[in-house]
Amino acid sequence: MKAEALLLFLALSTPALAQGFAGMGEDAEGFSVPQAGTELVFPRDHGAHPDFRIEWWYLTANLEAADGTDYGVQWTLFRSALAPSEGQGWQSPQLWMGHAALTSAEKHRSAERLSRGGIGQAGVVEQPFAATIDDWHMTSRAVASADSLSSIDLGASGQDFSFTLKLDAMGPLVLQGDRGYSVKSAEGQASYYYSQPFYEVAGTLKLLEGDVAVTGKAWFDHEWSSQPLGADQTGWDWFSFHFDSGEKLMGFRLRDSAGGFTSATWINADGRAEPQAPGALQVTPLEFAEVAGRSLPVRWQVKLPDKKLDVSTRALNPNSWMDTQVSYWEGPVRIEGTHAGRGYVEMTGYE
Amino acid sequence: MIRESFIVLLSHWRRKPLQLIMLLLGLALATALWSAVQAINGEARASYARAAAVVGQDRLESLVQSDGSRFSQQIYVDLRRAGWLVSPIIEGEKRIGGERIRIIGIDPLTLPPQARQVDVMGAGIGLKNFITPPGILVTSPETAQRLEGAALPPVAVVDTLPPGTAMTDIGIAQSLLEVEGQVSRLLLWPTQPASAKPLEETAPGLIRRQPAVESDLSRLTDSFHLNLTAFGFLAFAVGIFIVHSAIGLAFEQRRAVFRTLRALGLPLRSLVILLAAELMAFALFSGLAGVALGYGVAWALLPDVAASLRGLYGAEVPGTLTIRPSVWLAGIAIAVAGTMVSAAGGLWRLWNMPLLAPARPRAWGLASERAMRLQALSGIALMVVTGALTQVGSGLVAGFAALAALLLGSALLLPPLLSSLLKLGSRTARSVLAQWFWADTRQQLPGLSLALMALLLALSANAGVGTMVSSFRLTFTGWLDQRLASELYVTARNQDEAQAMRDWLVPRSDAVLPIWNAETRVEGQPVQVFGIVDHATYRDNWPMLAQVPDVWDRIAASEAVLLNEQLARRSGLGLGDPVALSNGLSLPVAGIFSDYGNPKGQVIVSNDLLVKNFPDANRLRYAVRIDPAKAARLADDLRTAFALPLENVIDQASVKSFSLRIFDRTFAVTAALNVLTLGVAALAIFASLLTLSGMRLPQLAPVWAMGLTRRHLAGLELLRSIALAALTMIVAIPVGIGLSWMLLAVVNVEAFGWRLPLHLFPLDWVRLAIFALLAAGVAAAVPALRLARIPPAQLLKVFANES
Repeated sequence: MKAEALLLFLALSTPALAQGFAGMGEDAEGFSVPQAGTELVFPRDHGAHPDFRIEWWYLTANLEAADGTDYGVQWTLFRSALAPSEGQGWQSPQLWMGHAALTSAEKHRSAERLSRGGIGQAGVVEQPFAATIDDWHMTSRAVASADSLSSIDLGASGQDFSFTLKLDAMGPLVLQGDRGYSVKSAEGQASYYYSQPFYEVAGTLKLLEGDVAVTGKAWFDHEWSSQPLGADQTGWDWFSFHFDSGEKLMGFRLRDSAGGFTSATWINADGRAEPQAPGALQVTPLEFAEVAGRSLPVRWQVKLPDKKLDVSTRALNPNSWMDTQVSYWEGPVRIEGTHAGRGYVEMTGYE
Repeated sequence: MIRESFIVLLSHWRRKPLQLIMLLLGLALATALWSAVQAINGEARASYARAAAVVGQDRLESLVQSDGSRFSQQIYVDLRRAGWLVSPIIEGEKRIGGERIRIIGIDPLTLPPQARQVDVMGAGIGLKNFITPPGILVTSPETAQRLEGAALPPVAVVDTLPPGTAMTDIGIAQSLLEVEGQVSRLLLWPTQPASAKPLEETAPGLIRRQPAVESDLSRLTDSFHLNLTAFGFLAFAVGIFIVHSAIGLAFEQRRAVFRTLRALGLPLRSLVILLAAELMAFALFSGLAGVALGYGVAWALLPDVAASLRGLYGAEVPGTLTIRPSVWLAGIAIAVAGTMVSAAGGLWRLWNMPLLAPARPRAWGLASERAMRLQALSGIALMVVTGALTQVGSGLVAGFAALAALLLGSALLLPPLLSSLLKLGSRTARSVLAQWFWADTRQQLPGLSLALMALLLALSANAGVGTMVSSFRLTFTGWLDQRLASELYVTARNQDEAQAMRDWLVPRSDAVLPIWNAETRVEGQPVQVFGIVDHATYRDNWPMLAQVPDVWDRIAASEAVLLNEQLARRSGLGLGDPVALSNGLSLPVAGIFSDYGNPKGQVIVSNDLLVKNFPDANRLRYAVRIDPAKAARLADDLRTAFALPLENVIDQASVKSFSLRIFDRTFAVTAALNVLTLGVAALAIFASLLTLSGMRLPQLAPVWAMGLTRRHLAGLELLRSIALAALTMIVAIPVGIGLSWMLLAVVNVEAFGWRLPLHLFPLDWVRLAIFALLAAGVAAAVPALRLARIPPAQLLKVFANES
């Protein structure tokens, strides 16, 4: 769940924000609303859901060059619908936004693309899977019998960087929350949400300094909804961790005027998901830094007592600021403590 | 002391309120006309700048087809998919309820920041409303008003767009313009990703176009605005004559006061500073009033100027004025500068005045013999400069310099010339009274000369511009008869209807001639290409200026092209020169035709050639030849048969009257400025006569004492003014002819791109002369009336005061 999509959605569509319609099936403007108990069906649900307001295909990769240098790569395609329908040509109410970033300890490079739906400049095709905007792409090269996301090619370019990566999944898709129904607040806001956290990555980063061959791990999220946040929720902190043990953790905290709302999924090395009860995950900022004119936590303590997890994160580059139209912090981290590993942290809504 | 002195100095104006009014009015009028022109030019230039900045075309490179035609939006998608940061633009014109509106379609999501003039996401519009049907048309407030009631998408208003332009989403624009799936050009973001594939691979048909630093419009209209500016200057110069005479009078009449103040111990420096302060206060006051008045004049003239600019150049200028601080500052500055220049002489004389100089106004005439000779020499020198400039110089600046030299030179020559004429006149005198009349008129000449020079400027400008406009109109009317030879002009609404209409018309008329056209660029300029068929209509009537012998055969054989005069002049192409049209097609020029009132360059080719080389050509218009007596009937039948709107079938007479209406509006501004200038000149005479009348009592009193009645004297005064005006008018006519020749042969060619023959209209001069004499008579009436009613005691006092 990525909150900047919410902000984009706020920026682009009409101010009337539907609230508290959970369970009604549709909100005031005719958009569909996630229903508990709905079964996700693949490959159909890899594709776009134009009857929902917002949707994203989100990939983060922790990479390493042959000389041990750490890199992080982000690739995201957002969809934001002005109306719950698809149309031909420029009349389509579907808008697309791409974000890409390439982070090293010295520099965080980011790029952004916007596009209308309906004219062939951006969109998502289910079969064979392809998510594209401009020359950015996430394309399936899976064999017909396998899940179409089990093997993908990924590419994006900005002013001063580009990358092409090959990703192969070593485990199954993971449904977040209740079989893919992920609750976001005590009031019941929710989304459909599944992940593919088991990618092994190999590919090339093209920098102004030259090409760098890299390998590593990647995490893919696909999420869609129409009513992502509660009224008093101001932003959030999101964590995706690859532990050296092969286990994974997805966790987030939605900040509000009270103590916030946390949720997490523990993913065993074999892909078995263990959704955690709301509030089980505890996250605490350890250290703040001045980033893009505001104070942001650059080290976190993350605890999950049931799993005897107590780790802290260290950002590869504390300045991993996405200087896009809707701006936020997103960057690779190292994990230390009871479990070691690497992962990604995202922080939004810090003003 | 200073305070008291200032009050004493100012008390003069309380006793002579008319003089004060004259001074303030003269200054305010001069400033007003100048400011009006500045305000109009400022408005127009701001409008061009807005037009140039539309979708950032003044700052961004774009990708276009070499001939400027539209292309598939798939090329846009291909370029984006190849990594190029480009944004599509569709442009076109649409007639909406009789208004021609330029529609610009943008994609707000990919539009570069430099091109964002309209905040689509902002309040009042909203992205959703903008991009989803029915969409939103964003226009200037004025355009929104014009579009009121038309069956269109809802309109939102912004101040940043030029008039006549509507910005909307590209999808909405494509439907409005009926060009689904097409774009006009692609805006390039200033920086492109290093990884983008080469342009030639992805879009081989497109070329990069540099940002247009200066818009076509501002270049085309430059000379028009220079014309207005010249008029503004002329008006200001004429106004300053009034100021000069009013200030001169006030100085002369206060000599006694100055002497007394100095004798009482006021330092000379303080006196000069006080007078300068007084004038500065007047200048500021009249400057402010003048600019305000100027805005009034500009407000009244702007609709005509806007119509002219639209008619001449297709330039859209709003009919409403914005208050610009620069106009206020410039107006006040020029008022102050003008006052100081006018007062410099007076202040200088005061500075050098001996403390106990006689307080009586000195006779103006005595010292001026030498000055007049000097003036005559300068005038002759300026005339030589005028001649040299017309022979050697080229371009608009040289043209205007020659105009200025001609006007100034003849103004300087006027007093010596009048003096000689008066000397000649005095030889005819038989009686003593007549002798005195001639001599006294000559004596007064130096005092009146400035006012008469102002009158000369105004009269010759009137005669010159009038001759130019009338010559133009005569030529234009004749040209319309040639150009509009066909009886009916019809426009179909679509291709099928055009074909059906042609089939319907052929058996019912003598000939149906296609008027098909396409847009392209020649030598970098946008031009229209027209295709014509071989027909007597063209062979017999077309208004050719230059042609090769077998011109029509060569056009019919698709071997050559015709150019209109403005295109030939702007691009420097002549008979026989090759013209590169699109697609590598290049043909020689076989003829050049006159094409008045058209802002664009035009090329005429055979219809076959047009169809073959410009597949996108507009093929909806036809000219129909038929017996004129049957034309109206055929027009009615055609409208009924195809249910055509009224404006789709136009008869020759309507086109002609429409064209002449545009023409007349074009020069309405010139006419208005002319009348205003003449009014200012009349005021100058009035001010001068008023100045003189106060000083002339010592000269008139002896004549009165010898038995001439006051009434008789007043009559002579009136006669004198009229005679001087008449003489000035006689001088003004040749100057005016010179002026109009320069306007037609030099300025017009540069400003509009066409040269016109000079025609003379003596009846206009007679009318002008009557007006001038009337103006002089009215101006002289007040002083004359005063003289007629002056108490005899005051005349007697002249002898009593004489020492």
